[in-house]
Amino acid sequence: MRITMDLELKDIPGQLVKALEPISDAGGNIVSVVHHHEQRTNRGTIPLQVVFDIEDGLGALKEKLESRGIKVVGFNQLRLLEHKTVVLVGHIIHSDIRDTIEQIDSTGYAEVVDLAMSMPGISLKSSARIGINAAGKEEMKKAIRLLRSIAKEKDLLLIEPIETEEM
Amino acid sequence: MALKVAIIGFGNVGKGVARVLSERKDGLFKVIAIADSKGAVIDEDGLDLAKVLELKNNGGLVRTSKSSMDVVRGYDYDILVEVTPTDAKTGEPGLSYIREALKRGKHVVTSNKGPVALKYKELKGLAKENNAHFLFEATVGGAMPVFNLMRAPLAGNRITGIMGIFNGTCNYILTRMANEGLPYDMVLSEAKELGIAEADPTYDVEGIDTALKLVILANAVFGMDVKLEDVDRVGISGVCLEALKLAGEAGMVIKLIGEVRPNGEEAVLKVSPRLVPKNHPLAVQGTLNAALIHTTLAGDIYVIGKGAGSIETASAILSDMLYIASSR
Repeated sequence: MRITMDLELKDIPGQLVKALEPISDAGGNIVSVVHHHEQRTNRGTIPLQVVFDIEDGLGALKEKLESRGIKVVGFNQLRLLEHKTVVLVGHIIHSDIRDTIEQIDSTGYAEVVDLAMSMPGISLKSSARIGINAAGKEEMKKAIRLLRSIAKEKDLLLIEPIETEEM
Repeated sequence: MALKVAIIGFGNVGKGVARVLSERKDGLFKVIAIADSKGAVIDEDGLDLAKVLELKNNGGLVRTSKSSMDVVRGYDYDILVEVTPTDAKTGEPGLSYIREALKRGKHVVTSNKGPVALKYKELKGLAKENNAHFLFEATVGGAMPVFNLMRAPLAGNRITGIMGIFNGTCNYILTRMANEGLPYDMVLSEAKELGIAEADPTYDVEGIDTALKLVILANAVFGMDVKLEDVDRVGISGVCLEALKLAGEAGMVIKLIGEVRPNGEEAVLKVSPRLVPKNHPLAVQGTLNAALIHTTLAGDIYVIGKGAGSIETASAILSDMLYIASSR
């Protein structure tokens, strides 16, 4: 599962390593680290946001961090806020739909959350409707750009949604 | 005094213009010549348009042997209404007529997309040099006001992007497929029978017509300098029934959308099938056209209307002619 963890570090050398080490030690795969130097808290600590994938052991990890003097402000599973639906037309199965989905999922910032397929006949072109969630607008743009290049490479027609918000 | 008008092209649009003008009783315009590939009818005191139309329709119209170019070059008119068919590659023969008229300092109103898409800069420059108007409202979206809207009601706004459905044939095909569950080939044949699609529908279904209109918008509204080849273009022939069904189940329709946004790294100039939510203003049905104009002050403006039809196109031409009359 993907976790977003908000930490507070003391403003002394070595704190970042101290915070990240236990995550790696617990088998976590760190995806993103944002050090909010400019948003120092009134306690003088520096907020740190870490995004990582981890199987289990989250409780133990929290205790370990706190025993090292790092305050765990909160954590939750990463919320994928943006949603978009696209339609693909072409030889979707033959061009390996699984690989297409995996390429999106492995970005770390976007994932395929919905898939509906329609296949009129074995040699005919099929269609797929794919729902994608992404962490934010920028991440969604990146995911769509990736999908465009996949569609081009696999000779699929990618039908994108129109932008329904302000340009 | 009435403005003297010469109409070049006497097909559906030319006839529509003649009909609309024949019904006006204000004497603002006087048509002194109508020319097509077979010759010309000329009366410098003003043609009886109702009579000309009647003769044209029953095949009894007697033309002189003057060519369209003879009329463009040799007669005394104020406005040239150039409504010959579009040639996307060369813009001819319309391009030569427009050039010639502008060089003579005559105002030009056209519905012909070819010359505007290919030579906008040159023609606009010629018009300016010779103190003439060069107007082309009818080239994009037929009766739908686009350029006129920006000239006055939206004046003062910066337009940041335009997105829309600019081809009625494609919209008819996609609407029919989505609503009736009929396959592409069948609906296309039906559209040909009904006269909505041409015998060779490539120009429409491959998105070339929409792309031409985007080029006109890009150059005329945003001051870009782009050509047909610069448009990223995908047509609707690859859109199958299954794709429309899948979209429909998610509350969406598929439309052929032309989009132009001039700014920065996210600049867009493309025609492609896109997903549009069913409740979105651009999800218009049948042969309708629709445009969404993003503006800095007025926000989003939507225009929806008939994209083709002789009287609707004549409406756009008339509005350009009236603008010329009012700015005398």
